[in-house]
Amino acid sequence: MKLGDLDWKPLALVPLLALGVLPLIASPSTWLTLTVAGLAMGMIIFIIASGLTLIFGLMDVLNFGHGVFIALGAFVATSVLGLMGDWTGSGELWRNLLAVLPAMVVAMLVAGAVGIAFERFLVRPVYGDHLKQILITMGGMIIGEELIKVIWGPQQIPLPLPMGMRGSILIGDAAIEKYRLVAVVVGLVVFAALVWVLARTKVGLLIRAGVQDGEMVEALGYRIRRLFVGVFVAGSALAGLGGVMWGLYQQSVVPQMGNEVTILIFIVLIIGGLGSTSGALIGALLVGLMANYTGFLLPKVALFSNIALMVAILLWRPRGVYPLTER
Amino acid sequence: MLQRILSGDLPRSRVLAVILAVVLVGLLLAPFLFPGVKALNVAAKVLVFAVLVASFDLLLGYTGIVSFAHTMFFGIGAYGIAIATTRLGPTWGALAVGTLAALAVSLVLSLLIGLFSLRVRAIFFAMITLAVAAAFQTLASQLSDFTGGEDGLSFKVPEVLSPSFEPLENPFLGVDIDGKIFCYYLLFVCAVVLILAMLRVVNSPFGRVLQAIRENEFRAEAIGYRVVVYRTLSSVISALFATLAGCMLALWLRYNGPETSLSFEIMMDVLLIVVIGGMGTVYGAAIGAVLFMVAQSYLQDLLRLASEAVGALPWLSALLSPDRWLLWLGLLFVLSVYYFPTGVVGRLRAARRAPRPLAEASR
Repeated sequence: MKLGDLDWKPLALVPLLALGVLPLIASPSTWLTLTVAGLAMGMIIFIIASGLTLIFGLMDVLNFGHGVFIALGAFVATSVLGLMGDWTGSGELWRNLLAVLPAMVVAMLVAGAVGIAFERFLVRPVYGDHLKQILITMGGMIIGEELIKVIWGPQQIPLPLPMGMRGSILIGDAAIEKYRLVAVVVGLVVFAALVWVLARTKVGLLIRAGVQDGEMVEALGYRIRRLFVGVFVAGSALAGLGGVMWGLYQQSVVPQMGNEVTILIFIVLIIGGLGSTSGALIGALLVGLMANYTGFLLPKVALFSNIALMVAILLWRPRGVYPLTER
Repeated sequence: MLQRILSGDLPRSRVLAVILAVVLVGLLLAPFLFPGVKALNVAAKVLVFAVLVASFDLLLGYTGIVSFAHTMFFGIGAYGIAIATTRLGPTWGALAVGTLAALAVSLVLSLLIGLFSLRVRAIFFAMITLAVAAAFQTLASQLSDFTGGEDGLSFKVPEVLSPSFEPLENPFLGVDIDGKIFCYYLLFVCAVVLILAMLRVVNSPFGRVLQAIRENEFRAEAIGYRVVVYRTLSSVISALFATLAGCMLALWLRYNGPETSLSFEIMMDVLLIVVIGGMGTVYGAAIGAVLFMVAQSYLQDLLRLASEAVGALPWLSALLSPDRWLLWLGLLFVLSVYYFPTGVVGRLRAARRAPRPLAEASR
């Protein structure tokens, strides 16, 4: 793709929003704090949403049960981090990272493994039928949530941040929480990896080709079914990772947490154009920034800021900022 | 006669007809057949949910629209009654004002949502309505001066419908007649009338167009029906019926709060009932509501027994714990989407309509 073909208008929305509220927030240091916090929150939302975008954009499956994988990831993280108390408790950052990293990996593995079962038993029989997809994944969500309650209990479980990631660093007068920086880094890594895999590797090429014309790809000798299972598993694993990030951000987890985040993710997906990775990133950043700004300026309105944002974007581009063609 | 009352949509299955008759008679005589507060509550909830689910089925089963904002209209109805009686006192006038105001609000809101988003694809609409419903629930708990916030509103209803009203000195047929029973019968009459009205709607030429849109939107448009107009109308009508169901709920509970009428759990219940009862049949709503409410109220007792019986196996015991009844219902839901996509009613009707194999018929 040439640089000239790039649709830059949605990209400009993020800095425009950030600069637009600058005059409303009197102090620049507060503005910086809010902006970084918003971007970090956006990144976490993006990590969660990326899995769903992948599954929807590539397989045309809307997974209303995505929330289960988010909650699952977070709960697995509580168990893993609970086992590594002396690693999370120490103030040294490298030991903390060594504790969080396996938690993330295990959460992704477990979520991915459950994703295989989910795809096999729930989603596979209803490919191509949106109505049934919505119903059956909804049923999957009920079952998954109840099973989480069976394993971890129905109550809230604390998920404290490791010692080294607590607190904030000062840039000028602006306080920036350390964990938010971690979130930004993880989010960027996920985004870069997704774009790289989809645009630059053979697997990505095959997946994109399979979406365009599955029969042709099969005729060329590739197993499209296997690719799709892989996409579903990757999407579930990303949800698991997102769950860990979100759980650490909230510092506690409840079985219904996936449910609560799902609405936020749907808004991000709609803004992004249902299935576009870059669209989801922009949507997530906008939602994150908006939540932080309105939370500071007009706390009463903050809860509706997402909806207002979504309506505004849809009035501008009725199919989201980067609609996929053909769909 | 019956043909006219049911708008020509007869049960078309002997078993179904018998079940429906049993349900109807059971609900009619519920206060006398099943004495006790809990049983009467279950029966009243069956009435409310039969109406609510049938109204949702108008959207999902007949028009093929997945909306998650349906409980919003349910909540508007309940809040209409709650707010009107809190402000105007427990009079019949207040009930009328509350109901009418709620209907007006629902009309405007459903029209807006319809015009704004029914042009888009099914999945888009489902997601947008989910977001709108969440926003509405937040709004209801934020406007605490008006709605009582998270605590909700407790209110009084007209004397005749409240439990303190006891017109008879002696029990009638072994039951103490009080206002609660009058209230029950008011709900019963409302439910029957509303369900018959919905049967009328879905069996009218208008209802046929909705089904045509569900089956093939493109073809319906090509024949000359304005699909957007019909979809919007369908969502408005269904919203109005849901509002009335909300009014019924508030009247029965004499309380309303965000969790009672607006929560996402209720939306899930409605979905479960629609699928289990049978999409695209108004009767399915009634049968599904009975099955679900009885399961919700009594499955937990059953599970408690089962859980105690296997107390030695902690894993199985945890799975069978009464708090996990939704797990089993979820499994039932998934299985019924697979194996009985047309639900109980569709199954019963198909069993009758299926032609017998030739060999057997010629014997």
